[in-house]
Amino acid sequence: MAQASPFTTPQTHPKKRSGRNREKWIAFLFLLPSILAIAIFVYGFIGWTGYISLSKWNTFVQDLTFSGLDNYRFLFNDFRFQSDLRNTIIFTVLFTLLCIGLGLFLAVLLDQKIKWEGLFRNIFIFPMALSFIVTGVVWQWIFNPSTGINLILKKIGITDPPLWYVQTRVVLPLHIGQIQFGVPMALIAVVIAAVWQLSGFTMAMYLSGLRSIPDELKEAARVDGATEWQTFRYILLPQLKPITFSAVIILGHISLKIFDLIYAMTGPGAAFVTDMPGLYMVETTFKGSHYAQGASIAIIMLLLVSLLIVPYLIFTFRKEETP
Amino acid sequence: MTLSRTGQIILYAILIILALLFLTPIYIMVITSIKPINEATLSGMWKLPSHVDLESYQIAFEKLSPNILNSFYLVIPATILSAVLGSLNGYILSKWRFPGSNILFTLILFGMFIPYQSILIPLIQFLQKIQLYNTIPGLILVHVVYGIPITTLIFRNFYANIPTEMIEAAKIDGNSIWGIYQRIILPLSIPGFVVVGIWQFTQIWNEFLFAVTITNTSQQPIMVALQNLSGSQIVQWNIQMAGALLAALPTLIVYIFLGKYFIRGLLAGSLKG
Repeated sequence: MAQASPFTTPQTHPKKRSGRNREKWIAFLFLLPSILAIAIFVYGFIGWTGYISLSKWNTFVQDLTFSGLDNYRFLFNDFRFQSDLRNTIIFTVLFTLLCIGLGLFLAVLLDQKIKWEGLFRNIFIFPMALSFIVTGVVWQWIFNPSTGINLILKKIGITDPPLWYVQTRVVLPLHIGQIQFGVPMALIAVVIAAVWQLSGFTMAMYLSGLRSIPDELKEAARVDGATEWQTFRYILLPQLKPITFSAVIILGHISLKIFDLIYAMTGPGAAFVTDMPGLYMVETTFKGSHYAQGASIAIIMLLLVSLLIVPYLIFTFRKEETP
Repeated sequence: MTLSRTGQIILYAILIILALLFLTPIYIMVITSIKPINEATLSGMWKLPSHVDLESYQIAFEKLSPNILNSFYLVIPATILSAVLGSLNGYILSKWRFPGSNILFTLILFGMFIPYQSILIPLIQFLQKIQLYNTIPGLILVHVVYGIPITTLIFRNFYANIPTEMIEAAKIDGNSIWGIYQRIILPLSIPGFVVVGIWQFTQIWNEFLFAVTITNTSQQPIMVALQNLSGSQIVQWNIQMAGALLAALPTLIVYIFLGKYFIRGLLAGSLKG
């Protein structure tokens, strides 16, 4: 059979096998710009960052001499980076738990056939429309030790209110090397601001989950004499598992790479009580010109996020392959 | 509902208290931004202003308007381009699957979750090399590229709802890939474009890491300028709050008027299928 040029479309024999194959190639060509972009900008650049992280490029002048794992070794002995890891873990746990708890609570409340449901829902979600920078700027004032919430606390008789993000105290300190493991009190303020911004998002997820559970299921439970709590605990909650799973993935990866909120609200904080790897990376790279160290921090951040994301991606991929 | 009357009262009380708590930061922003300079003090933070004074808006606007314009120059083309790319990718990945297309999609999706710090140094070197460092077109390129995963994901989920039989029928009628896209997919895509458009608009408008590391001085988008405004100690905080509100206004307006699509975008980006 005579082959036309691949760019003209003879439409006479659409069912021919060569036509099928060519279609697949055309489909692939459509994706090619994006594939190339992702290959270079995501995977290529990650590779290059990894390479930089093994180099001696820690001054303004680029120096790609191989230095092995020196930069990583430096970081794990570095007080600031150790604090960052502690803060990241504590922040991620608190932030994820609170967002899920509050989000689920709000969703259940709003699912009770409330008047003005739309209004309430919009109030709880609107912070999502704001930038972390705006959130940071406002909450910085609300938790400022000499104004904001503390004015109210003083008014109700608390003479010695918390210093919020200025505080350097680490609760439940557990010394491992030079680091105090535990909960830095200063992080609480940042966690509250972040929960304010994202719990509405979790609420929206749970609300859509609750709405997709068939009413018959709830009715059946009630007919069987289950109390509201039992219905929730044994019927609704198990149905919401996939949503909780997605929420943990999304909130977890947001908090592992959080940067803007910290940057705008507190900065690294005294004794690095509110510092995070994302902030350290930017400061050490662009203020200190420690490119190799910055690259190492970035690679560690990527590994942390990957621990959460890669199993999730593999899981969803498998699910799609076997419908 | 089976709740008793007391139950109802408690329910509404909790909701109202929580709603007020959620609105507190907005209350602080609004009342502070309309205070005259001498009333914007630490000790008077919660008090209402004696009269409405819009001078802080004037000052904030003068300082920030070039950056607000920068943000619009950035957001509009970046949103349109990334939506178009996402639509094409989503179409192919949902309706023209080929061997390996699912793994390809998963590899693309990974780009959505990476911390951008992990590509930042090479990205800046690359932008410097192609002379787009510290330019708005450079930032547009960045947002289009790193927007591919999420826009592809949303459109792919969106197109999954278009019945495959329609595509099959069009194929039998002799339509090409492109023909089917133009004649069938595109006309059905408007809600998809609205959702993706709102999502990308909000994300790019609010983005900070790329903005602060890729641009300096006159090319800075609004969020960087706002951060600089609040970082300098001399500026009164009524001006900061006015600035923050101005910076938040475009996305808030989108949210207020297109909230339904905004939430749909949120969910489409987070819940698969």
